[in-house]
Amino acid sequence: MPNNSTLYFSRLWQDGEVLSSMLKDLFKPKPKYVTIRRPEERGIQPGQPEKKELPDGLWVKCNNCRQIIYHKDLEANLKVCPKCNYHFRLRAGERIAYLFDAGSVQESNSGLISKNPLGFPEYEEKVEKARKRTGLNEGVITGVAKVKNIPCVFSVMDFGFMGGSMGSVVGEKISRAFEYAAEHNLPVVSVTAGGGGARMQEGIISLMQMAKTCQALNRLQEKGIFYLSILTDPTMGGVFASFASLGDVVIAEPGALIGFAGPRVIEQTIRQTLPPGFQRSEFLLEHGIIDLIVERKNLRETVARLLRFHQRDQVGKEEVSKDA
Amino acid sequence: MRNEDSYSMDFEKPLRELERQIKEIELFAKEKEIDMSEEIARLQAKEEALKKKIYSELTRWQKVQIARHPKRPTFLEFVAMIFTDFLELHGDRLFRDDPAMIGGLAYLDGIPVTVVGQQKGRDTKENIYRNFGMPHPEGYRKALRLMKQAAKFKRPIITLIDVVGAYPGIEAEERGQGEAVARSIMEMAALETPIIAVITGEGGSGGALGIGVGDRVLMLEHAYYSVISPEGCASILWKNAAEAPQAVEALRVTAEDLLELQVIDEIIPEPLGGAHHDPEKTAQIIKEALIRHLTPLLEYTGERLLAERYEKYRKIGVFEEIESDQESTGE
Repeated sequence: MPNNSTLYFSRLWQDGEVLSSMLKDLFKPKPKYVTIRRPEERGIQPGQPEKKELPDGLWVKCNNCRQIIYHKDLEANLKVCPKCNYHFRLRAGERIAYLFDAGSVQESNSGLISKNPLGFPEYEEKVEKARKRTGLNEGVITGVAKVKNIPCVFSVMDFGFMGGSMGSVVGEKISRAFEYAAEHNLPVVSVTAGGGGARMQEGIISLMQMAKTCQALNRLQEKGIFYLSILTDPTMGGVFASFASLGDVVIAEPGALIGFAGPRVIEQTIRQTLPPGFQRSEFLLEHGIIDLIVERKNLRETVARLLRFHQRDQVGKEEVSKDA
Repeated sequence: MRNEDSYSMDFEKPLRELERQIKEIELFAKEKEIDMSEEIARLQAKEEALKKKIYSELTRWQKVQIARHPKRPTFLEFVAMIFTDFLELHGDRLFRDDPAMIGGLAYLDGIPVTVVGQQKGRDTKENIYRNFGMPHPEGYRKALRLMKQAAKFKRPIITLIDVVGAYPGIEAEERGQGEAVARSIMEMAALETPIIAVITGEGGSGGALGIGVGDRVLMLEHAYYSVISPEGCASILWKNAAEAPQAVEALRVTAEDLLELQVIDEIIPEPLGGAHHDPEKTAQIIKEALIRHLTPLLEYTGERLLAERYEKYRKIGVFEEIESDQESTGE
């Protein structure tokens, strides 16, 4: 794989200006760096561990090895610590920029907005805040894109939007994505990041999104269309216990927290301290729950390889993509 | 009627007090050999009226307490009263037989069906054996195996749901609790046989939905069904699990709430005082509802069944759709 870092630079989008900045990119193909904004602008919720996000300034302290990293080095390394390989969490826009071909991304259903079906206290305010902070209307971006020229339907969740939780809109957009893919015979690449799973503020309605997304996924499976699920830190609860764990191939980034029940809930239930590495990607691989752990720098290439393996008109051919 | 002495819910205290008074007077009358039947009848009428009043004004939290009542009929008790000739089938064929999830064959009013549900224990010993009715992944895999078997032989599926939640434990995670629940949900959506799910007690999130996808979803009057445990929600919102009564008000977890939200199809009424006051009568009411809902479904073609089931879940969700100025870009 050729060095793609220059391409990545040109593809990096500012939070909240995902698509308009893409258009700008077309006319201004110079390298462009993500502006690191203040924590309160960056979607850090009260009580949410701030250390997971990149702090201000030129220098960044790694959450894992605590070493100081030059911010531009971190950006150049796809937000992976060059010293210890710790994978920082990505915003949905960043993930899309890293994963898909520049100029190939078409977002769909971006105008879906949450309501407050239960009249849950302070829900509208929380959604409004998340919208302002992330520039997204909801916690998932869906659409069509290409990976090394192979078209696919995608859904990418954003942990910064209410912890990447799945409410009506997330469930609806993901279901529509699966349905669109089934209708148009396109493979699906899903990237999940959801700390809590189903969105508590929408109560039983959000639990039902698990059924809604799973049944839509089933249509895809019945038509023999490839579905790739990429789990990133964290993928838990109702997101993991529905479409996220049902990929034909399931990939995780290294060190991601992935599981059904939250570690604290488990600790309180069994009254024991959990073993080190519990519910991390490596634990899941060891126990046969995922297919692969793929480092971020190899993710785009691996996704392309998997999509190529499943291209229907490519059966029997080992094709090397020229435009990589 | 069962003996209520061992466990009483707070909101029933005035009732217990009246019962105590009645007993005292009966004893007194017997001792002194005087006729106090009029006084007793008056108090009994008062008790009945009070009971009706209490049960017509239950808060959401009080309903949760009834759903969790240790004497509430469990899966096997309901099965014995609703169905005939129940034959339990064991194992997921992969790891082990999970005693927290039970499945098997039975007749519903002469129709062969597959029955699946979580099993809570009656006492501490049985609860330890049943893991308090919280299934491991092998429980969901067993349930799915039996449900697929049902579809193969065109047997309708009845699931009875009563679960705090799928078990949160180390081994459960090791064996893929998330995947087991997810696969069951996905495959239930496509089983070509009628499915009726009944929430009889606790509807604990994914642990309930894992066997809860159906053509009809019914719910007992005092059951609850929630995306998160009331205590879990309270600890997140108010940093205090003791605020659970407030949390269920916000989460809206009762049968009435869910009917209004169009997540369930019907509320199955319970005898006054809750299912545990008259399990036999409760079972008869459930049986009647099951037959009434299953009969028309038996006439459906597989295609219609799956199309309507899809539509049932497809339409759940509340959102608005605004014009977006950023609908597409690139190329």
